[in-house]
Amino acid sequence: MTILVIAEHDKAALKSATQHVVGAAQRIGGDIHVLVAGHEASAVARTASNIAGVAKVLHADAAHLASPTAEAIGALVVELAGAYSHILLPATSFGKDAAPRIAGLLDVAQVSDVIAVESPDTFVRPIYAGNAFATVQSKDAKKVLTVRATAFDAAAVNGGAGLVEPVAAPPERDRARVIGQELTKSDRPELTNARIVISGGRGLQKGENFKLLEALADKLNAALGASRAAVDAGFVPNDYQVGQTGKIVAPDLYIAVGISGAIQHLAGMKDSKVIVAINKDPEAPIFQIADYGLVGDLFEIVPQLTAELSKT
Amino acid sequence: MKVLVPVKRVVDFNVKVRVKPDGSGVDTANVKMSMNPFDEIAVEEAVRLKEKGLATELVAVSCGIAACQETLRTALALGVDRAILVETDAELQPLAVAKLLKAIAVKEQPQLVIMGKQAIDDDANQTGQMLAALLDWPQATFASKIELAASEATVKREIDGGLETIAVKLPAVVTADLRLNEPRYATLPNIMKAKKKPLDVVKPDTLGVDVAPRLVTLKVVEPPKRKGGGRVADAKELVAKLRSEAKVIP
Repeated sequence: MTILVIAEHDKAALKSATQHVVGAAQRIGGDIHVLVAGHEASAVARTASNIAGVAKVLHADAAHLASPTAEAIGALVVELAGAYSHILLPATSFGKDAAPRIAGLLDVAQVSDVIAVESPDTFVRPIYAGNAFATVQSKDAKKVLTVRATAFDAAAVNGGAGLVEPVAAPPERDRARVIGQELTKSDRPELTNARIVISGGRGLQKGENFKLLEALADKLNAALGASRAAVDAGFVPNDYQVGQTGKIVAPDLYIAVGISGAIQHLAGMKDSKVIVAINKDPEAPIFQIADYGLVGDLFEIVPQLTAELSKT
Repeated sequence: MKVLVPVKRVVDFNVKVRVKPDGSGVDTANVKMSMNPFDEIAVEEAVRLKEKGLATELVAVSCGIAACQETLRTALALGVDRAILVETDAELQPLAVAKLLKAIAVKEQPQLVIMGKQAIDDDANQTGQMLAALLDWPQATFASKIELAASEATVKREIDGGLETIAVKLPAVVTADLRLNEPRYATLPNIMKAKKKPLDVVKPDTLGVDVAPRLVTLKVVEPPKRKGGGRVADAKELVAKLRSEAKVIP
């Protein structure tokens, strides 16, 4: 049994989700190989080869893999797939885009958003926005999975075999091309990775008021997130969204500010270790899952909180 | 240009689902069913493309039990021209649905397939990508904006770090994300008109598709309950508790 993990990276660095996927692969058992597909990304390939438990890195380098489309990743992985029992990707926008394309080409079912490995063919995944957990067994010879990063420990980047083997990529097919990306620049920790996350909802009233949360986030070195309502209202960009169809986070501390707690939002954060809710409506559903609920006006409470944290 | 819009009948997004006591699944008896919200967005987008004169014919397709006709009637009431139901009582998993949709697409020859990025019941987020793979068409997932030209679609996609713009040659599969548009409501006259629009019913075996599930659901359980409901009086008490009790801040 050999597992292929498809690495996610931005050419300069490996995304930490990849290490969590390797963590999931270790739960399945067997040899673990990692595919790094990119252009001039040999530093990423070297890093991946150092991940604990990784026997080998396959490195595909081609100009059209610089911003790879799902089509390009699919064509590449299908050529390599013969040698593997499992193909794993992170359940990120990258993995969600590419994995079903790979599964479709291989004519196998996919198990999405795996949160636990029961055996090499049996996995647990959330359905209905996390309101139920299904245990599913794959009857296909090859398993294609996307893995929820927060559900598995990250494999450390040391102790890997350090082996990198070049592989050829199939030629570009000129039917899909990435024209550009508008990435949100931030000095804050990455949302899916941060130890503390502060999210704002409709209660913030306007985008400008997220400044209040920024001041608090600065004090706590926290990442900033938002509810779907806040994103839909245009307060903040889409990549802030935490929830069923946004990002799934599970930090040590999650502070929900002005968020009522719709099911689809809870789906994205209820595995956080400690949850704080600040909302003026004492009946808001968010309080039912919050360890520490504070009823009141967020425009008074958040600055008080920031001030309180400045005291030593 | 013909546009195909696959739609799924799901438990309404407002319904809080219950896990069956025997662990066999989720109780869907006597609960409100609706069109998957992401598919509503896809239907809306298709209708707007027709209103702009970019699409000529809109065909909705659904796979599942006879009651999916209601979902298709909804699509017809929103502005779709005709509908196809691939009727079966069998459990359909994403790969099987993608194969059924492929068979329909081969027959209908659309230039564009627009569908929701995921269904809110199984949360799989697979069918569109699988369909693109099976048809050997390019894909543009998680669309928040679509610009359509004669031979190419330019799609703004919601990705983890922000937005990505991708150009795909037609025919292609596009999956709709939340912020692509805000779907309209069907008006009463349009609901009446929809009843007269054509709705064909076909069976999976006449399409030559094996829909046998590849995944076996062994059990479905409720997630572990979170014990919440704790309260603090003010910011001062909150900070003190986070420091000394929860120990999550220094």
